[in-house]
Amino acid sequence: MNSAHDLGGRHGFGPIAPEAENSEPVFHEDWERKALALVLAAGSLGQWNLDESRYSRESQHPVDYLRQSYYENWLSGLEKLLVEKGLVTEEELSSGRAFSKAEEELQKRLLQPEKVYSTIEKGGSTQMESDEPPEFNIGDRVRAKNRHPLTHTREPGYSRGREGIIEAHYGAHVMPDQNALGNRIGEHLYCVRFDAGELWGKDAPSKHLVFIDLWESDLEHA
Amino acid sequence: MSTHQHSTVPSDPELRVKALESLLVEKGLVDPKTLEELVDLYETKIGPRNGAKVVAKAWKDPEFKKYLLEKPTDAIASLGYRGRQGEHMRVVENTADIHNIVVCTLCSCYPWPVLGLPPVWYKSAPYRSRVVSDPRPEAPTDFQNKSLDELESMVTRNSMIGVEKIKDPEIRS
Repeated sequence: MNSAHDLGGRHGFGPIAPEAENSEPVFHEDWERKALALVLAAGSLGQWNLDESRYSRESQHPVDYLRQSYYENWLSGLEKLLVEKGLVTEEELSSGRAFSKAEEELQKRLLQPEKVYSTIEKGGSTQMESDEPPEFNIGDRVRAKNRHPLTHTREPGYSRGREGIIEAHYGAHVMPDQNALGNRIGEHLYCVRFDAGELWGKDAPSKHLVFIDLWESDLEHA
Repeated sequence: MSTHQHSTVPSDPELRVKALESLLVEKGLVDPKTLEELVDLYETKIGPRNGAKVVAKAWKDPEFKKYLLEKPTDAIASLGYRGRQGEHMRVVENTADIHNIVVCTLCSCYPWPVLGLPPVWYKSAPYRSRVVSDPRPEAPTDFQNKSLDELESMVTRNSMIGVEKIKDPEIRS
């Protein structure tokens, strides 16, 4: 969706202003610790996938998305998913009190403390088998499609309609646009190289290259 | 929490988190000890010193460097760093002619197993918006022949993202 999260190339956000690396804390507030942990723990219940998670954060009202801090966006996304997937009701969420225990099957999926390390270490591979051979070869000239899906995509706005060269092929991976809608399908994934001038015009401030990971259905031959 | 499609005044996130935690614990969906373990993992155990070890070893050991560039996920896993948000690694090398910078313009994707959780600036609008159009790259520096420990201590997190160059304390500029 063409929303506020799609930030590449936008102007006006001001200086980057980093905290010094050696003194920036991992968390700036205690609630941020809890926000991260709740998102990971609730996610491990297996009721939504990572692409649905991302979509839940970016599909807030754009003004909310930009105004809120990073972990507030995580919190908003989590609240949305919990209600959408029926794990909690709106009333439970606003009151902060459970009206009933969760279904037995769900409670069984609770992430145990002693399983935390192994679960994180295992991660979640997105590699998939594909029956289809890759459409594009390294060195092919391609164009990022001028498409504007209303739902989740990883094709950034600034790349659409722009031409680049296939730099690498990563095999088939879970296609995020579909996975965010609940369809776990694999598509060939590529790294595409774009010239700065192609993306930002002949007056681009810098002559650099931008490498964007794009799925096969994001691309067409140029 | 309203799911209406309009801009709302947010309530205090501290209150929301407290309410959410007690709700999910009450429903039997989340264990408070689990939350502590997760925080502890990312606050104290997983961080950029992991990545520094990978980089320093690649500088020191040409075989490992080859392995790292050809099979980055496996090479990194061989040092014990693997899993969530690092399942499919890509490693790019800075050279005299090429400097690389990493960004996720759409959210905050970041290689957690080697760098830990990303800093605030990496996840924020100024960096995510600007670096793809105006990256202001800096050329990398050369450095002397050093021990593995010395090399590790030179590798900063910011240099692994690419927004900073390696500083050799012995080289006078």
